[in-house]
Amino acid sequence: MTAVSATATEGSNTNYINCERGIWSWLTTVDHKRIALMYLFTLTLFFFAGGIAALAVRTELAFPGGQIMSADTYNRWFTAHGVIMIFLFIVPGIPAVMGNFLLPLMIGAYDVAFPKLNLLSLYVYWLGSLMALVSLGIHPVDTGWTFYAPYSIKTGSAVVWMTGAAFVLGFSSILTGLNFIVTIHKLRCPGMTWLRLPVFVWALYATSAIQVLATPVVGMTLMLLIFERAFGVCVFNPTCGGDPVLYEHFFWFYSHPVVYIMVLPAFGVIGEILPVFSRKPLFGYKAVVISSVGIAAVGFVVWAHHMLVSGISDFSAQFFSIATFLVAIPTAVKVFNWVSTMYKGSISFSTPMLYAMSFVFLFMIAGTTGIYLAAVAVDVFYHDTYFVVAHFHYTIQGGAVIGLIAALHYWFPKMFGRMYNDLVSRVAWFLVMLGFNLTFLPQFVLGMQGMPRRYYDYLPQFANLHLASTIGAYINAFGYSLAILNLFWAMAFSKKLAPKNPYDALGLEWRTQSPPIKDNFDVIPTVDDGPYAYGKPVATSH
Amino acid sequence: MGHSTGSSGHSELGHIVPLKVYRTVLAILLVLTVITVAVAQFDFGNLNLVVAMVVASVKAALVALFFMHLKYENPITWLYAAIPVFLLGLLLGGVFIDDPFRISPEDAVVADLSAEKMGEHHESHH
Amino acid sequence: MSHGEHASVLDDPQGPPHVHHMDPPTAYHAAKFGMWLFLATELLLFGVMFAAFAIFRWKYFEEFHKASKHLNWKLGAANTAVLLTSSYFAAMAVDHAQHGRNKKVLSSLLITIGCAVGFLVIKTIEYSEKYHHGYFPGGENFHEYKTFLPLYFCMTGIHALHVIIGMVLLGWVASLAAKNRFSERYYTPVEVGALYWHLVDLIWIYLFPLLYLVG
Repeated sequence: MTAVSATATEGSNTNYINCERGIWSWLTTVDHKRIALMYLFTLTLFFFAGGIAALAVRTELAFPGGQIMSADTYNRWFTAHGVIMIFLFIVPGIPAVMGNFLLPLMIGAYDVAFPKLNLLSLYVYWLGSLMALVSLGIHPVDTGWTFYAPYSIKTGSAVVWMTGAAFVLGFSSILTGLNFIVTIHKLRCPGMTWLRLPVFVWALYATSAIQVLATPVVGMTLMLLIFERAFGVCVFNPTCGGDPVLYEHFFWFYSHPVVYIMVLPAFGVIGEILPVFSRKPLFGYKAVVISSVGIAAVGFVVWAHHMLVSGISDFSAQFFSIATFLVAIPTAVKVFNWVSTMYKGSISFSTPMLYAMSFVFLFMIAGTTGIYLAAVAVDVFYHDTYFVVAHFHYTIQGGAVIGLIAALHYWFPKMFGRMYNDLVSRVAWFLVMLGFNLTFLPQFVLGMQGMPRRYYDYLPQFANLHLASTIGAYINAFGYSLAILNLFWAMAFSKKLAPKNPYDALGLEWRTQSPPIKDNFDVIPTVDDGPYAYGKPVATSH
Repeated sequence: MGHSTGSSGHSELGHIVPLKVYRTVLAILLVLTVITVAVAQFDFGNLNLVVAMVVASVKAALVALFFMHLKYENPITWLYAAIPVFLLGLLLGGVFIDDPFRISPEDAVVADLSAEKMGEHHESHH
Repeated sequence: MSHGEHASVLDDPQGPPHVHHMDPPTAYHAAKFGMWLFLATELLLFGVMFAAFAIFRWKYFEEFHKASKHLNWKLGAANTAVLLTSSYFAAMAVDHAQHGRNKKVLSSLLITIGCAVGFLVIKTIEYSEKYHHGYFPGGENFHEYKTFLPLYFCMTGIHALHVIIGMVLLGWVASLAAKNRFSERYYTPVEVGALYWHLVDLIWIYLFPLLYLVG
């Protein structure tokens, strides 16, 4: 921390990073920007931890037969990968880092509505993460990140610590969402009407609503699971009259909406980046807003598409299948809006733009393959195969993670007051794209050929595609490492200071200093237009 | 922004509810509790559950509207008070179109056997 | 937002605490809204158990009906009356706060907390009676009525936990009242604390008939 502050003062004014020194000032801060950075550093750590677990899994799968671990150990590695990546990394993800940093700036406020609650969210997140690490240290869980009953009731691994961790982490998520909703309602600056909000703010609002409304359900479900293990209460255990499928209902009631928590903010990020680097207003602002809220709403009605072959009734399978087709519609609307934004625009291929355009491409694949899975007759064959694994990695990694990386590159100058190495960032982008697609495109084929997921070994006919996938994983890992290390190096050592507004972007965050002062603005601004008026004469001021 | 127009008080912040309202609501709540218990002593079949839940909802509404001042809150608060109820209905709905409509293993076997019989019948016509 | 007005409100010993970025009315409404959002999460938390109860009641109708008869509805009804009364006094506490009557806020909150203690005493009597008949988690008859008793203990147990949390919260608010912290211009903790307490009452309004009467 001190290294960052020392060099940040060279040639720049007092800002939120250097205004106070010492680790205690960071740990007791209520400044949303500092809280965002602390989330960023923790999340990065867990991204690498989850990534190592991924490489362990892919290394085992490089060749048929056992390589470096037993089947039992394999179960623990893929569980660790899922739990770390989902609960410790991507769910807090963009809201915790970019949402915390940008929301007050974008709406013209000094801070969020409840700054101390914001700090509490961070502490609770750290507590939950610690509990997860304890679980991994004592006896790593082997149930998969879904903790399905009845195995999760019977298995000897440290399920209580891990589900307890998820419960605590859920609280952090709820508090962040609650804070953001109140902030957006109460702290918009004069002139910032609802329909002048940046789409990233709308995305955060929809995400926060899901965080507040969906998370309690999984919280209670995991509590019940803990009670089953600890006190022998009977809710999901079939031997005493419980119903394991009921666990799945309760679990997925949250765990489907959670994927929209992961990806809606990424949609928002893309909606911010594309207009800037197309020098064109966002196409169909209202449609983007309505579809964001629509995705959040419809996302609550589709959960049992994760259970189509779990033994649910035909009637409910049909219902959830149709509902899932419906949720694709608002997402498709967004894709049309993004493409139309770029159409006849003046495109500049900055690194954020490269990531944003890749996002559109990757998410198309993600969404379309989701439609196949939504069809019951098809899902009967694809469920629990690599087809599903490929689909959700395209949505989560190709969607949410790419969105986060795009955001970090785009707002980097604002957050840290300096520029990163452009060439290295582009090389890293290329490696990420190459690696990611090489890892997961073969997995669609593997799934279609019948390769089951969560298996540590496989028949020889799957060997070539698995090897390709493993090679892709290593390239992917290298690409991400390069991208992230490039950014961290720039944070600490880059001499290229960033101007207030390096891209001539609109939006209130670009009116502040880079990095911003502690209170964001000297005076609360007033706005009289939306943030996408590119191409109008007023917008092209230097 | 919540300026009170109540007769008994004038506050910059929240609405001041007349004390009579609180007392009346408490009385009604206690009476409704007695009714709930009384009805439960008789067996009306499924109606028992319906009556119990309806009465409970009336009580809940009274507590929310008057004790919690929801009656005087803005539409957004109403929305967030109502959405959980709706979501729970959704969850209940999703569970209730599943379990009660599952085919038991025995019935599934019967279905398979009939289909087999149909198939044999069909083949014999060739 | 004139600077002069702002300064005098903040200097007022019975005014709002200094909130740098929100004027007092906004801070008040934001806090209330925040608490309503939190109550929404609590509703959904308990809702899971209600949903589980509903589907298992459909599935094991006979067992649930029989099990419900084992519960002491008189104690349950007494607890209902106790909680309804406690809610009344919590609402009274808010009214007193709105008129700046700190002493009355304190006494109303103490009565509310007293009712909560009464609730927990009755609950303890119920639980220990269950324990002695083996109908407790780990007891020999615990699974006799399928999932009824497990859900009974989860639902009433988590509810009792929230009663305790509510007592702590209201106790803290009461301590502020004892220090004369509230006035017509500032009583946010009283209102927000009372809102939380009413939720505890709301949950019990549904728990009682469902578990004790209809089963």
